[in-house]
Amino acid sequence: MAARIQIPSQAKQGEVVEVRVLIQHPMETGYRHDDVGHLIKRNVINALSCRYNGVEVFRADLSSGIAANPYVQFYTVAEASGDLEFTWIDDEGQQGSERQSIKVT
Amino acid sequence: MRRREFLAGIAGTLALPVAAFADDEVLDPLAAKVARGAPVRKGKVKIVLPQLADNGNSVPIRITVDSPMTATDHVKSIHLYSERNPVSNMANFYLGPRAGKAEIDSRVRLAGSQKVTAVAALSDGTFWYDAAPIVVTLSACLDES
Amino acid sequence: MSRAGLAVTLLAFAAAAQAQQRAIPLDQIKSGSAFLGQDLRSLQNDDFANPGMLWVQRGETMWRDPTGKSKQSCASCHQDAKSSMRGVAARYPKIDTASGKLLNLGGRINACRVDHQGAEPFRHESQELLSITAYVARQSRGVPVSASIDGPARAHFGAGEAAYRLRRGQMNLSCAHCHEANWGKRLLSETVSQGQPNAYPAYRMEWQTLGSLERRMRACLSGIRAEMLPYGSPEYLDLELYLAWRAQGLPVETPGVRR
Repeated sequence: MAARIQIPSQAKQGEVVEVRVLIQHPMETGYRHDDVGHLIKRNVINALSCRYNGVEVFRADLSSGIAANPYVQFYTVAEASGDLEFTWIDDEGQQGSERQSIKVT
Repeated sequence: MRRREFLAGIAGTLALPVAAFADDEVLDPLAAKVARGAPVRKGKVKIVLPQLADNGNSVPIRITVDSPMTATDHVKSIHLYSERNPVSNMANFYLGPRAGKAEIDSRVRLAGSQKVTAVAALSDGTFWYDAAPIVVTLSACLDES
Repeated sequence: MSRAGLAVTLLAFAAAAQAQQRAIPLDQIKSGSAFLGQDLRSLQNDDFANPGMLWVQRGETMWRDPTGKSKQSCASCHQDAKSSMRGVAARYPKIDTASGKLLNLGGRINACRVDHQGAEPFRHESQELLSITAYVARQSRGVPVSASIDGPARAHFGAGEAAYRLRRGQMNLSCAHCHEANWGKRLLSETVSQGQPNAYPAYRMEWQTLGSLERRMRACLSGIRAEMLPYGSPEYLDLELYLAWRAQGLPVETPGVRR
């Protein structure tokens, strides 16, 4: 799954930084029908987690109520240089991850 | 039916959704479940949602909670509810003092005009909420592409 | 004929060729983004959050991937797409000099795959074709649309215009009925656009995914309860050329965001 993360490449220690993530996923609701009338099985990203240097700083439970190609923006305190790593899993057990580094001065 | 009565009837129908949206003091009972019986007060939470959705498949939403986000006073979680979607609990976001700021942006699916509710659970054990109305119309043309 | 006389004649000829009757004058043409709400317009301009950028990102990876019997990537010949592909999408559809056929950007990419990379063409509306097409078109963002209708393209342009004006479907409507005669007016809660193609491939909220101009035309056909022509039909290609001529000067906005 393609995914995009946007965080400032660098920040001052203690600064509150904006974190944005966009993940390519249909977030199939389970309420749609295909063109021969069969119900398309539900498959959504149900859990999303962000670990900053290994410590979870953000977590979300998602459902079919979140739009396709889910977008989330939140904030985190720039504590130390390192990596923000996103991991997620969908109803079919497919996992995804993406990381981005930040330099904290 | 005489024309005047017909027009008055139409006017009454159009007025109805507006009146329903004005009454946002009643918390969605499904949203209240988060607090497991504790009182959920209106305040501290602010939902920003467009008044009219461009398309119900993807509507931008921002939830902000007024909180210093310190170790002793912060937002633990934000729970988002729809009153009309087949799945009422749309999402839950878990924060903490490392967030620095209690603000979440996302894009949601809304199955028709409704009220969206956000309940915030604070570290002191209190619960707060906000609710926002939105009008969602169907697409003008059928698309079977 | 004197040189000046020749110049005047040539200018008059060029003017006549360009002076195809335009139902919407060039100074009144508007991109679909002018008919969007504030939210979707901002989303389109958000280089990070525009969902179409997920396909562009994938296309960027594909650009560098060696493929086919040649084991060459697009980059092997075209190097950095930012410079080599700038302005390319704005000139499509166009006649391919090698085959003499009218090709849209996707068709041109597939021709490259088959002829130069020894690879299979991507299927219509496949994730691969959408991604690479969106990536290439993205490099022309801001460049004015300028498709040529001269020479062999002229016949396709004529067929495209005829297709544009043909009444179809249960509703017995042509493209012109909505997008020429009634653009700017309301259809239920939406404002009818001019049906301009400059933002495609685009992320359409109704599809919840990125799709091609061809798919958008199929959507219109289903909307007027007309039979959707199969992907790859020559009518779509001719229409694409007509639409590109009609959109002359509008900036490429790929990947667009639309309702």
